[in-house]
Amino acid sequence: MSDPRITTTKRPDKAGFVIAFGLAALALVVGWDAWRLASINAHSAVGPAAFPTIIAAGLALLSIATAVEAIRQGAVERPRDEIGPMAWVLAGLIGQIVLLPFLGFSIATGWLFAATAKGFGKGPVWAHLLAGTVLCFVIYVIFAKGLQLSLPQGPLERLI
Amino acid sequence: MDTFAALAQGLMIALQPMNLVFAFVGVMLGTAVGVLPGIGPALTVALLLPVTFKLDPAGSLIMFAGIYYGGMYGGSTASILLNTPGESSSIVTALEGNKMARAGRGGPALATAAIGSFVAGTIATIGLALVAPTVVDIAISFGPEDYFALMVLAFTTVSAAFGSSVTRGLTSLFIGLALGLIGIDLQSGQARLSFSVPDLLDGVEVTTLAVALFAIGETLSVVAAGNRAEETIEPVKGSVFMNKEDWRRSWKPWLRGTGLGFPIGAMPAGGAEIPTFLSYALEKRLCKKPDEFGNGAIEGVAGPEAANNAAAAGVLVPLLTLGLPTSATAAIMLAGFQQYGLNPGPLLFTTNPELVWGLIASLFIANAMLLILNLPLVGMWVKLLAIPRPWLYGGILVFATLGTLGANPSLVELGMLLVFGLLGYVLRRYDYPIAPVVVGLILGPLAEQQLRRALAISVGDPVVLFQSPIALTLYALSALALFGPLIYFLLTGRRAPVGGDED
Repeated sequence: MSDPRITTTKRPDKAGFVIAFGLAALALVVGWDAWRLASINAHSAVGPAAFPTIIAAGLALLSIATAVEAIRQGAVERPRDEIGPMAWVLAGLIGQIVLLPFLGFSIATGWLFAATAKGFGKGPVWAHLLAGTVLCFVIYVIFAKGLQLSLPQGPLERLI
Repeated sequence: MDTFAALAQGLMIALQPMNLVFAFVGVMLGTAVGVLPGIGPALTVALLLPVTFKLDPAGSLIMFAGIYYGGMYGGSTASILLNTPGESSSIVTALEGNKMARAGRGGPALATAAIGSFVAGTIATIGLALVAPTVVDIAISFGPEDYFALMVLAFTTVSAAFGSSVTRGLTSLFIGLALGLIGIDLQSGQARLSFSVPDLLDGVEVTTLAVALFAIGETLSVVAAGNRAEETIEPVKGSVFMNKEDWRRSWKPWLRGTGLGFPIGAMPAGGAEIPTFLSYALEKRLCKKPDEFGNGAIEGVAGPEAANNAAAAGVLVPLLTLGLPTSATAAIMLAGFQQYGLNPGPLLFTTNPELVWGLIASLFIANAMLLILNLPLVGMWVKLLAIPRPWLYGGILVFATLGTLGANPSLVELGMLLVFGLLGYVLRRYDYPIAPVVVGLILGPLAEQQLRRALAISVGDPVVLFQSPIALTLYALSALALFGPLIYFLLTGRRAPVGGDED
């Protein structure tokens, strides 16, 4: 940072720093777990902590390398991502997890279908929810009855 | 002669009516899912794995073979007509194939891809049958330190060959390795990185990770791209059959592509994308009309597509004989094997010969079925390409969560699917390759096992790792894979050509 030219012509890549930080955090978690394991007495020559230690060290090195690359390469132009549509898809996935225990596979996954379709610009949500639920009910019948997979049940599934 | 007797035995198994049905269902499902835009063979296999849960091992592996080859075939159809290669090894096919489709020669492009895949697949499967027993003989003498070195080689080549830089490839690999630590350590019984969550004690499922990274990550990055990612389907105009000229120009590239694809795929360093790039460069040089390249030269489809399929069969050599997956698809197939308590490796050939040879034989059958079924049915597959994107991705997510729930009906598992899906999105957004994460997850615990076994024999002396000549050779190759691009740069002053991005 002593050379002002570098700071003006080449700004470091912020995303690279964030990723480097994430890797460092992961290295710390893995390393902490390895340290915890190393204190437990193992009966073999190499205990459960050896391999995690190597991985933690590797992650730490990669974190440094990523940060160095972010400084050397400078800011990278990336196309802007659309937050709204992504939020719909994520709402679909989270909603499915929330709804699954109460409403069962068909309705919860029907919601996932509807929210994803909405994210890709196709509404209305209620019609897709209805169609998705019917579709998932058919899938439920095929998989639960035909292939004996146990899928979470709800009011609809208990009908059959 | 033993090989042929075993193969004949395998054919008898594969030709049983029920197994033919499994192969047929696998081929149809594999093609149908593989043809969907953006879905490569790895995701195809991961999504369809739960369908085979309740079958017997032989039947499900035979279905697998069909899904594997069907997914490859479907993927090339999508690349040619839609220019959306589902994985890096079809990038080259898309290059010339899509140009041919735009010039109204989509039919012959699909035909040369299909027949080339058949020719290459058949020759490479024969190669697999011939080479595998020899590799098994060699592998029996491998000690744990050699296996560890072999896995280090696979790690370095997978992360150096994929993606835009070695740092990025290694980062992906180490994320996978870290995820592989989660769960109970089998040798000491200690729980690692599981934070007292009971669902984490069993570790991360390879299929959950693969489906999340490929399906959910892909969906998120496509939806985030919004209207940036508009795509047009090229209609298949005219005949799907090749004329005399097409045949004359195709048959040599098929054979040359096979010659490049199988040996490279069969090496423990493997991967299917390098031979496709090599084949493209070779055909471009040998072609009598080089100016056609870039505008739809049939050689540019025939050669790389044959190389791709030959390499796909070649990848099965290290997978079946050493238990070493060198591609994302192979990693998921290894997970499929493990699901039945089968551990691919030299022992599998002696403990379950009928299973291994049944699988190899059904590769021939799947290949023949694809050739017979797919050219006439190409119209049907094209219709699948035309599914509106909101419904397509809605359906993909439904099946992704269905597969996860079918394997393990727990909300924590679905939560992991979501978290890894976000990870997949971030990796894609910032240009990190996906395959090393999957390979790291499945190969990490195996590498650790071999490392600890080797060190247990030597009572903790690490010198044992560097004593065997086999291991030393493998480490030298690993170093070459890692630092090769750097050496190339120092010698020639130019950046080494790096393979395309893996999706």
